[in-house]
Order: sequence, then C-alpha cells, then structure tokens
Amino acid sequence: MTRKQRRLVLIGTCVGVLGLAAALVLSALNESIVFFNSPTDVVEKNVAPGVRIRLGGLVKPGSLVRGDNLLIRFDVTDGNREIKVIYQGIVPDLFREGQGVIAEGALSPEGTFRADTVLAKHDENYMPREVADALKKQGHWQDDYDKKSGAAGPAKPQ
Amino acid sequence: MIAELGHYALVLALGLALIQSFVPILGARTQDPVLMGVAGTTALAQFLCVAIAFTALTICYVISDFTVANVFENSHSAMPLIYKITSVWGNHEGSMLLWVLILSLFGALVAIFGANLPLTLKANVLGVQSWVAAAFYLFILVTSNPFLRLPQAPFEGRDLNPILQDIGLAIHPPLLYLGYVGFSITFSFAIAALIEGKIDAAWARWVRPWTLAAWMCLTIGIAMGSYWAYYELGWGGWWFWDPVENASFMPWLAGTALLHSAVVMEKRNALKVWTILLAILAFSLSLIGTFLVRSGVLTSVHTFATDPTRGVFILAILATFIGGGLALYAWRAPTLKQGGLFAPISREGALIFNNLFLTAACATVFVGTLYPLALETLTGAKISVGAPFFNATFAPLFIPLLLAAPFGPLMAWKRGDLYGVAQRLLGAFAIAVIAIVVTFTIAEGGSVLAPFAIGLAFYVMAGALTDLVERTSLFRAPAAVSLTRARGLSRSAWGTALAHFGLGVTLLGIVFETQWGTERIAEMKPSQTLSIRGYDFTFAGIAQRDGPNYRELTAKFIVRNGDVVVGVLEPSKRSFSSRDTSTTEAALMTRGFSQFYLSLGDPKPDGSIAVRLYHKPLVLLIWLGAVVMMLGGALSLSDRRLRVGAPKPAKPKTALQPAE
Repeated sequence: MTRKQRRLVLIGTCVGVLGLAAALVLSALNESIVFFNSPTDVVEKNVAPGVRIRLGGLVKPGSLVRGDNLLIRFDVTDGNREIKVIYQGIVPDLFREGQGVIAEGALSPEGTFRADTVLAKHDENYMPREVADALKKQGHWQDDYDKKSGAAGPAKPQ
Repeated sequence: MIAELGHYALVLALGLALIQSFVPILGARTQDPVLMGVAGTTALAQFLCVAIAFTALTICYVISDFTVANVFENSHSAMPLIYKITSVWGNHEGSMLLWVLILSLFGALVAIFGANLPLTLKANVLGVQSWVAAAFYLFILVTSNPFLRLPQAPFEGRDLNPILQDIGLAIHPPLLYLGYVGFSITFSFAIAALIEGKIDAAWARWVRPWTLAAWMCLTIGIAMGSYWAYYELGWGGWWFWDPVENASFMPWLAGTALLHSAVVMEKRNALKVWTILLAILAFSLSLIGTFLVRSGVLTSVHTFATDPTRGVFILAILATFIGGGLALYAWRAPTLKQGGLFAPISREGALIFNNLFLTAACATVFVGTLYPLALETLTGAKISVGAPFFNATFAPLFIPLLLAAPFGPLMAWKRGDLYGVAQRLLGAFAIAVIAIVVTFTIAEGGSVLAPFAIGLAFYVMAGALTDLVERTSLFRAPAAVSLTRARGLSRSAWGTALAHFGLGVTLLGIVFETQWGTERIAEMKPSQTLSIRGYDFTFAGIAQRDGPNYRELTAKFIVRNGDVVVGVLEPSKRSFSSRDTSTTEAALMTRGFSQFYLSLGDPKPDGSIAVRLYHKPLVLLIWLGAVVMMLGGALSLSDRRLRVGAPKPAKPKTALQPAE
C-alpha cells in the first residue's frame, strides 16, 4: 500500500466510527430521553397517557396515603395544579410531605400518574433544581427553600 | 491564628506560582539555566505552602474550631475523629484545597524526579503547571476561601452531610483527584512540547509514567466511588450514568486512549500530533468534570454549595485552559514532524483502533452528559438522559474494543498478520465458545444476549493471557524454560496482560450482576422470613441505638442457608438531628464474589418494616476487575524502561516513581 492509500484507509475508518457514534447518539436521543414536567405543564401540554415523563413538584401536605404492600399515593403540586401519583415500593429517605419530589413514570388513561421511580432530595438544604424552577414559574417559591442548595442525589427506589 | 496561618500560606503559594509561571519559561527562551532552575525550587516551596494551608485547615477541623465558617458548616464536635478529618474535603472549599494540594504535589514530584528531563522541557512543564495552579489558588482565595472566620463563634457545628460520613470519603475523593489532577502533568508536558515545537519518542517516554500514575489513581478512584454509592445509597446500584460519574469517566476514557497512543509514539515515533491532542483533551475533560461538579449546573451528592460567582470563575478557568490549549495546538501542531509509516493491520493500527473507539465512546458520554444542559439553555425544555441512552450508545462502541483488545498485544509492529493472530487466539475463542454453551445450558432468566456477553468476558480474559502463554512458551516448552522466559518478560508486557484481564473480570461482574441479580421488596413483621436464592432471612426485631452524632434504628435479620445459620445482618436507618436528615445503612453479606444486600425502608407503627433484599451474583468482580487493571498499570509503571529515562539510561536513583 502506498502512503496515500494507508491514509485513506485510516481516514475512512475514522469517519466510519464517528458516523456510527453519531448515528447511535441520534437514535438514542430520539428514544430514550425523558422530559421534565410540572403538574401545570402536564395539564397545559396535554401530555398523553403512556408517555414516559418526569413529574416534579412538592408532595402536597396531607395527601400522603400508605396502603398495603408498600403502595403509596400522594399528590404532586406546584401550587397551581395537582396530580395524583401512585407508587409501589420503598421511597427515599427524604421523601416527606411538603418537600420536593421527582417521580418518573407515565400517566394512566384515567389521569393518575403511575410512578416507577421516585427521587427525593437528599438533605435538608436541597430542592431538586427542576422543581425549584417549576415552583418559581408558578410564583410559589419561598425564599427559605433557597438558603443553601446542597448535596443531593438520585435515590432510586427500584 | 492557625486559620490565618493557612490563609497566609495559600497567598504565598499564589505568589510563588506567579513567579514560577513566568521566570522558568523566560529562562527557557533565553537559555538561562539560572532562571530555569528557579522552577524546581518554587515548585517545592509551593507544595510546602499548600501543605501548610491544608494542615492548618485539618487542625481547625480536628479541634472543632467553629469560629472558622467552613468548619462550622461542615463539622460537629461529636463526630468521630476520622470523619472530622475527612470532612476537610467533604465540602466545596476544602475539596478545592485538596485539589490544589495534589496539583502542587505533582509539580513537586516533577521537580524531584524530573532530573533526567532536558532543562528547558522541565522549566516549561513546571511553568505551565504553575499557570494551572495559579488559576486555582486565585479561585480559592477569591471565591471559596476555607479560612474565613465567623464574627461570632457558634457553640456547635452544622455537621457533615450524613451521606458523606463514611470511610468512603476518606479514600474516594483523594484518589479521584490524584487521577484528575495527574492529567495536569500530561497537559503541561503537551503544552511545553508545543511551546518548544519539539516532540519525540523520548517525550512520550517521560510522559507515560505520569499518565499511567494518573490513570491508575483515576481507575481505582472511580471504582471506589462506585462501590461507595453501591453500599451507601441503599438501593444497590453501582453505576447510575449520573452526570457526576460521567464527569470522572470521560477523563478516564481519554486517559486510557492517551496511554495507548503514547505507546505508539514512544515505540514508533508516530501519532505525535494525536497524542498531544489527547493529552490536552484528557485534562480538559478533568476540568470540565470539575466545572460540572462544582459549579452547581448539576445537582447531585457532589454539588456542595452553589454560588454563581464560582461557576463563572471555573468557567473562565475552563475557557482559558481548554481554549488556550487547543488554540496553541492548532497553531503549533502542524509544525511537528510526522512520524513513521505503518500498515493498517499492525500493532499501531490496533492501537489506533483502540483510540478511535475510546474517543468515540467518550464523545457519546460527553453528548449524553451535556445535551440536557445545552437543550435547557437553548429551548428551556428540561430532559433527563439516563441509563437507556448510555446503554444504547456506549455499549455498541465498547464491544468492538473488547473484541480487539486481545488482538492488539499479539500484533507485530509495522505490519501485522491478522490471520496468524487469530490462529494464536484459537484457545481464547474456544474458551469463549465453551463459556457461551455452558451459560446457555445452565442459565435461567437473563437476556438472550447474556451468554454471549459471558463468552466475550471469558474471551477477553483468555485473550489477555494468550500473549503471556505465547511469549513464555507455556505448555510447549519445559516448565523451567517457561519460568525463565516469564522472568525475562518485560514488566510492561505483564502489565498489559493484567490490565486487559481486569477488563474481562469487570465485564463478567457487570453481566452477572445485571442479568442474574434478584431483588425482593416486602413489608416484614417480626419473625417473618424472606427467601432469596436458597437463603432465608428472618426478621428478628428492631432496636434503637445511639451513635456519636445520630440515633439509629437497627433491624436484626438472621440468615440461614437450609438449617445452618450463616450470619446476622443488621441494616439500619440513621437520623441526624443536627441536619434533620436520615440515611439508610445497608447490610452486606459476602459469599464468594457474590453479595446479599439488605436495606430498610420505612418502619410502620405496627412493628413491621419495609425491606429491600438483593442477591448480587459476582458483583464484587466489577470492582475487583478495576483493581486488577490498576495493578496492571502499577506493573507497567515499574518497568525498567520507564523508570530510567531514554537518553541517560544509567541513573536509577533519579528514576521516575509511581506518583502516590
């Protein structure tokens, strides 16, 4: 092989691999990203049942009901709208009424949100950023949430 | 007084760094050995100053001096001593201090062990290293000073985030930083080479030990972090594709590519321009990681506190060094001479293949990590890119790498024989086929692809050993001959084989854990039993205990295998009153390389408690593989060729040593 041919092989392979990577990324982005919505977004955007989303807001005080077999029901609110959430499993340590929460799952046809993952904040200072933004948008942000954003991480219960 | 001393030492370090940023480089330009010699002294002095600053902060923590704001916010007088010490870096300010401590440590190490470097190169490297150091000293002093005092001393501290109150914090961040910051040396070498416009095989030989040392620390640091998350977060996951994890994984991928391309450069004097680019990229990704983690654009366990000025400052550092580095690269790289010629099927070709796929994989991780941020900035839409994305992109790009890994070391330089190598790998292929067949026969559950993944893991492991078997003529020559040959084999050959073997071990653990792991979630009343994989877990009751700075709810479980009691597990929930938070402490039982993992949910008033029980088959192999990889790196690092510089082979005393 001449130098030129060798270079062509090299460049060809590079372009091929990068093309492959780009194709994989594009197809995966189409299929596997999940949008974040506040309860108001869900209502306004008419999110269709069965579409996987993240729902974020506060756990409405007084709405938490624990059933059998680790079934729990609670309302997620952004101060404007509320959505009922059903979840079966163990919730994170810092899942509490009146605190920020992100639930991942899909709406059922009757309008309740079936979550398969519940993320809660990880210490007393932290409010999930998405939730904070959603609350600010609805004008329900209280400054004491914002004192100090601190450590947090996903606590995936299942 | 101690805090002020630390503050003063840090300011002094900044001053020294500024001197070191200009004087040696000026000396290199004018060929003035005195000016160049300044670098060594200032590098050592800098390290001394930062060490004093770091010690001062540590003392403040140990004596619980709550007049220091940083100590007040992150410590508690009742914490055990070990956590008082680790909380020094369990917060933003302190962790940045640890960062610069390691940065200056590396500078000092170059000054000490770089005696065989050409004077100009050493001066330039230390000069560049000092630019980075100065930027970070300034960052700490301006935006995140850990030595600030409170006007009124509070009586008690606010405690360290409970999740961080673990021995993992003592190990994971320092190791990770050694890795991250270790790439600053390769970056400095690359920039110095660009400044000098001269780069050769010797350069690669000097750079490789540093890259290797950084890579080893990063490997073990990431593995350690993964294990920590596994047992501390309480739901048994070991890798989340969380942006913060990706931030450490991207430099690892780039660093791995760099290690391999540096081999080509050292042996064949080729791929120079590419190696320089990788060196710049590896450190750039480390900086991006720091930015992502520390600026508050992401929220995670690692984001200690958000302060917009910090984000902007780090972004400025990022832009300066990445932008500047790449600009210098674009300007100077074309002047570097092209290297040797080789056929596509050759050792060089295999290493290029490795580099290509590693960087492509790194790019997909990069896109997945930053796309949500970009999209939110541009359109306001909030999305999350999770495991499905990375599984769909990263895995397909990594499989060719794994397939090719055994081929590489068996290929000849310049012109290889693909068919011949495949023949020599017949044994590995056979082992893989046997593994696939056996898995198909015995395995229950799991994906259809799982047996093939097992086969791939065995192929990688067997393939890694093939090179050793071939070169020692094991099974063909008498044992004594093989032994002599094994002794004669270079340590870097052993290192390569070991590291590739570790890759297979990790893969095996991952496949087993993801495919055949089982999970039970239940609400249990006392004396009820939960069974998993033939083991019975009987709930024996709940007890309350007091820890030094928390209260603990402990549940006791008796574990039986058949009728034999094999152990007692005591998972707990701790509540920390000073932060009004709680953590879940999982209980682990190791059987061979597999583990049972038990963690608690919420207790109910009627005495029952929610329980999550996992069986994680061969899960320990995931981290063990990383340890094996690191050991491979260590062996390679101890190779005579690297300890001894290229041009002056007879100077063992001034040899390069592993940088820990």
